[in-house]
Amino acid sequence: MLLAGLLAALVGCAGGGDRDEKGKVVLEYWEKWTGHEKEAIARRVEAFNRSQDKIHVRMLTVSRIDQKMMLATAGGVPPDVVGLWAVNLPSYSENNALLPLDRLAAEFGISEGNYLPVIWKLCNYRGFLWSLPSTPSVVALHWNKDAFREAGLDPERPPRTLAELEEFNEKITRKNPDGSLERIGHMPQEPAWWMRDFPTWFGHPVWDGGNRMRMDDDACRKFFGWLESYPRRFDGPAMYKLRGAFGNFASPENPFFTGKVAMIMQGVWMDGFIKKFARPGFRYGVAPFPEPVEHPGAPLTVAETDILVIPAGAKHPRESMEFIAWLQRRENMEALCLEQKKISPLREVSADFLARHEHPYLRTFQELAASPRALPALTIPTFREFENDLSVYTNLVLLGRMEGEAARMEMSARQQKALDAKLNRWNRVAPVRTAEWRKEVGS
Amino acid sequence: MNRAERRNFARAMLFVAPWVVGFLFLNLYPFLASVWYSLCDYSALSVPVFLGFQNYADLFRDPVFWKALSNTVLFALFAIPLGTALSIGLAVLLNQPVPGQGLFRTIFFLPSLVPAISLAILWQWMLNGPVGLVNMAVRPFLQAINAVAGTSLQAPDWLNDPNWALWGLVLTGLWGTGHAVVIYLAGLQEIPVELYEAAELDGTTPWQRFVHVTLPMLSPVIFFNVLMGIIGALQTFAVPYILTGGADGPGRSLLFLATYIYQHAFDYWNMGYASALALILFLVIVVLSFLAVKLGEKKVHYGGR
Repeated sequence: MLLAGLLAALVGCAGGGDRDEKGKVVLEYWEKWTGHEKEAIARRVEAFNRSQDKIHVRMLTVSRIDQKMMLATAGGVPPDVVGLWAVNLPSYSENNALLPLDRLAAEFGISEGNYLPVIWKLCNYRGFLWSLPSTPSVVALHWNKDAFREAGLDPERPPRTLAELEEFNEKITRKNPDGSLERIGHMPQEPAWWMRDFPTWFGHPVWDGGNRMRMDDDACRKFFGWLESYPRRFDGPAMYKLRGAFGNFASPENPFFTGKVAMIMQGVWMDGFIKKFARPGFRYGVAPFPEPVEHPGAPLTVAETDILVIPAGAKHPRESMEFIAWLQRRENMEALCLEQKKISPLREVSADFLARHEHPYLRTFQELAASPRALPALTIPTFREFENDLSVYTNLVLLGRMEGEAARMEMSARQQKALDAKLNRWNRVAPVRTAEWRKEVGS
Repeated sequence: MNRAERRNFARAMLFVAPWVVGFLFLNLYPFLASVWYSLCDYSALSVPVFLGFQNYADLFRDPVFWKALSNTVLFALFAIPLGTALSIGLAVLLNQPVPGQGLFRTIFFLPSLVPAISLAILWQWMLNGPVGLVNMAVRPFLQAINAVAGTSLQAPDWLNDPNWALWGLVLTGLWGTGHAVVIYLAGLQEIPVELYEAAELDGTTPWQRFVHVTLPMLSPVIFFNVLMGIIGALQTFAVPYILTGGADGPGRSLLFLATYIYQHAFDYWNMGYASALALILFLVIVVLSFLAVKLGEKKVHYGGR
């Protein structure tokens, strides 16, 4: 609390007054983006400020933004607008750190119908609207066409089932004379960002959305079984040795660009990094990530979105909503998504957006996002605990140091307990909290 | 107390006020608050709800807590003696009257000036399995052993192998021995030369002089460094946190109590549980420091006594 107070004092000092010399209300906007993504939002902020005679948005890039927002909110001086991730919503809303936006959104003419269904779902939690999207993402299989060709595979044909992905994996993987791996077709831990969502491909997410972890169900058993097959086939330590030589994601040494990993699950932003860091002429394809059984028609994907929230206790909620609502207008949202090289979260996409977007597979991603089988990423009150445990257990299984079933059972028990503890906390305050939120949104 | 004494007392209070205020608000209040929060379910944003000793009961049933505690104690058990032996050895060598003595002292001290974050990032690469400098140095020896003994020893994948990660961290700890070396050097220079002369006249060997003169005379300095080392090692946070990217390391082998406290407080929003963990860490430090002091009473030789 003292730390929060000190931070609050610092923020208070740094923030200065809440009106500028022209009498405009100054909004403090914290955002997590850096690089070209930051430049893109900075241009939108400038455009908003130019259009305004009442509000001025001051943007600040903040690292570990989720923690710092928590401390600032605990200290009683939160910023006005914060760019978080949808996965933050359960813990922030249950801890009363956010302002429900239902009433303000309605006043500004924002409704569910404007957005892709999966994105709207991600912005809501426990029946309230907590955020609006900034830029969303869905994931898909990316494959290196040259690696396919070198392995004697058709570079234009991606795997259509998980079994086929593994068949291609075996063909593409190359070993050095000393038995170490020179290249691998696919490894689930590269990148490890989607480990939490893989069970969805085996049947369903790991949480039922209520009070039960579904880690004892069939999908999770199959997922851990799939992981366990990797050290048997490719030797666990050898995979980690190969991985140890991978360079940074945002660098020419990214293992997908260097050909060390031929098939990866990635999001729409990957094309921007390919254009910037991969060698000229790097050829790749994008397709829905394969499922155990081919599913013609609607493809499966998992969606996530960066979001804009108004912290509880923010000084200028209406003005903050004005800025957020301005960004939700199609022309502004598309400008942001174009510059950040992402898909649009909106249901209606202009022909101009599609024509001007540089991503060669944009339509694949837009179709995935609009698919009825586009599911929201895991947004659970125990998100960080879950991620941490998942990293520990999946790494042990992939190293061959723990059996998949033992890891699953141990993790399942731990995570159910962690969820129960969070739900107990929530249940104690739920009636009061819900009544407060209802009052706030006028329902 | 007459008027002059009262005035002097008021002045004295004024001068110590910054320390007293700092102590009250930055030490005592957080300490007492964390004692209270450790008895509550508290997320930092919600009102604390009294739970009694539930957090402590949960903690003793939490296998991850025991893992973090055992990692922390194991690290201290190996890092402190190793660091102490190395820094005393270096200090003795750097105390020899050789040309360039000052330069050598500076060279050995310099690494301890590197901030913990930079140190961790540096060691992330040094300990990299396939391309790290440590393994580049180790591999020729292993190859030689393999050639002679017909074994198939391989350089460890330090930061990915649960069996090696903690040892990798112990290795990184040795990087900062320069700080202790400077203190030992000061201690060595305080040892009266007559003691060595008398020992030489008695026909002692250099090793005997080291064991029977240097070590006893240096014991107060060793005691100070070991005590500080215990407190520092038990609070290890920054380097393993950076090495693992804020996670637990392979098989939780780099999870330390301080990291676990941080995770619960700021990642999981379990400030109450984190406070209970912090108090347990405090008790561990108090107990080990007390034992060190008790041991010191018997083994530390103060010149003035």
